[in-house]
Amino acid sequence: MDTLKENLQTEEFWVNMGPQHPSTHGVLYLEVKLSGETVVDLITHIGYLHRGMEKIAENRTYTQFIPFTDRLDYIAAMGNNLGYVLAVENLMKSVVNDRAKYIRVIIAELQRVASHLVGITTFAQDLGAFATPLFYGFREREKIVELFDEICGNRLTYNYMRIGGLQFDLPKGSDEKIRAIVKYMRPKIDDLESLFSSNVIFTARTKGVGVLTKEKAINYSVTGPNLRASGVKWDLRKDEPYLCYDRFNFDIPTGANGDSWDRYKVRIEEMRQSLRIVEQAIGGLPEGDPTVKIGRIIKPAPGETYMRTEAPRGELGFYIVSDGSTYPYRMKIRSPSFSNLAVLSELAKGIKIADVVCLLGSLDIVMGDIDR
Amino acid sequence: MAVIEKIPASGLIERFPGGAIVLATGESVLKWSKASSLWPLTFGLACCAIEMISTGASRFDIDRFGAGVFRASPRQCDVMIVAGTICVKMGDCMKRLYAQMPEPKYVIAMGNCAISGGIFYHDTYSVVKGTESLGIPVDVNIPGCPPRPENLLFGLMKLQEKILKESAASGRNEKRVR
Amino acid sequence: MKNVSVDAPEKQIEIPKEALLETARRLLSEGFTNLHCITAVDKIQYMELIYIFYFMDKHACVILKTRLALNDLTVESLANIWRSADWLEREVYDLFGVKFLNHPDLKRILNPDDWDVHPLRKDFSRPDIIKKPKS
Repeated sequence: MDTLKENLQTEEFWVNMGPQHPSTHGVLYLEVKLSGETVVDLITHIGYLHRGMEKIAENRTYTQFIPFTDRLDYIAAMGNNLGYVLAVENLMKSVVNDRAKYIRVIIAELQRVASHLVGITTFAQDLGAFATPLFYGFREREKIVELFDEICGNRLTYNYMRIGGLQFDLPKGSDEKIRAIVKYMRPKIDDLESLFSSNVIFTARTKGVGVLTKEKAINYSVTGPNLRASGVKWDLRKDEPYLCYDRFNFDIPTGANGDSWDRYKVRIEEMRQSLRIVEQAIGGLPEGDPTVKIGRIIKPAPGETYMRTEAPRGELGFYIVSDGSTYPYRMKIRSPSFSNLAVLSELAKGIKIADVVCLLGSLDIVMGDIDR
Repeated sequence: MAVIEKIPASGLIERFPGGAIVLATGESVLKWSKASSLWPLTFGLACCAIEMISTGASRFDIDRFGAGVFRASPRQCDVMIVAGTICVKMGDCMKRLYAQMPEPKYVIAMGNCAISGGIFYHDTYSVVKGTESLGIPVDVNIPGCPPRPENLLFGLMKLQEKILKESAASGRNEKRVR
Repeated sequence: MKNVSVDAPEKQIEIPKEALLETARRLLSEGFTNLHCITAVDKIQYMELIYIFYFMDKHACVILKTRLALNDLTVESLANIWRSADWLEREVYDLFGVKFLNHPDLKRILNPDDWDVHPLRKDFSRPDIIKKPKS
């Protein structure tokens, strides 16, 4: 046997994964160096969906750029809308009335639920649970998408938020619909959780896989549910409250180990907390007119601003430099998935090739957000 | 009887009274089977991919039209649904994927970006202006940003109509359906 | 609103580029463990680099700014201290052409490797770009 081992020729080899691959969540290209089935090295190539958003921003007025933000993180378009309009409002130091703030909170939290539903169920699909969880997740998401469709007329790219307010008020009868969604969604989230948590394969494939320590997460500037899963109690909605998040009661779920299982658990719990916020916000929805009062052509005073919000995937920041004209001089989009993906090559070293897919699914990336 | 009336090629199939024998030309059967089981490539580029998944999921259920078997390998596919913005870096991969698909192959350009570049037509340096500018012939264009799942299903039915109309002898019918 | 506005002068430090590495090390020892964002602005006469640091426990933010002359677009890399700087610096190199010294793997990240232009500079132009008619 020993002589066989000595004479056996083994060598490390490279495997290409993507850009067209069913579990890379879009157009991501990974070069994986393998020794047997163990990953020795992993190189991430991005840019296959680089659409030059930041250059486009320099050639659009402030209002004209809102539809482009929908296409950044297309699974959570409302979160991007919100981040952008808050940044411009911060630049202009304009105030928004209370009803607009409450509706923004409701919409953003419902979007978080919809986004996490997609995130969790596609993650389960990557682990081999082909189509079944995805069908459940999309069935539930459809309720929220339908509501958004009713509010603003599109299913995916909403273009709903406006600088200084909203495009429309909620249509009549939306309160009841939103309450019905919250009521409908709670048992469905329990269902989803019991579907995954009681599954032996799911548990075995996620527990202890891809452990991201606290220090590493902060050093890589990982944000969002991935950071909280590593045990850092950090949520901008609580720590640096924007809009009117300080008026609501909600908890920040955190994980203990920072593995793929914790990242999934944190997302499930976050959906419950989001529903709690929605319930409180719809209960205290003030009267008023949330539609926009500022004209379409906006000329902020020369200056700079950096505003970050808690998007479903992490901290979304907009750095806007204004030179006093109707066009932004420079706009940097600090997208959450970009920093979250950077940690992949570090975490992948030493694990099995099949677990790379698990790791990637648990990080819940969106290529439009990474490449911009 | 009722089943035959529902299938797209029912006009091409003759049925004898009594129902034991069905007569049809080989070509029409071939075309009918081609149109009724279009296997798309699992290929999401950008935003439209989410609507493509929605179409495949339980509410819209693309399986009803025989196109629900999303294949991960281009070698097993009949139709490529270009769902999203094509960027410069992705262009070469797209061409290679199209070349890897076996004949007969069809392309659906889903969404404005896949048709012409859409809202990324102006001022950007890294977006390819449509599938056809890569040299990939498109059979059905579905406008929208993104198109609703109903639109994708409609586009799929248009493609089925086109397949039923084309003749095997003359090869690919280059006329576009919109 | 407690969110950081860059207009507040006490949170913004402007330093010469030689002092960047030293200032960054001092910030780290003070507890600014999170390098949140790196970006650049092409101000035509010079290039401005912007670093955003966070001290998460104290909710403190520091924005470092440094100016680079257009004929010498080089600066020390922070990627060996904060790993998040790795990709962010590659992005700045790709889009603006700023070279980061001692960076572990400085190459293009978003655009194709064989390009020789830096698209977010103000003087960037290409014949195939179609300008949107301004309304």
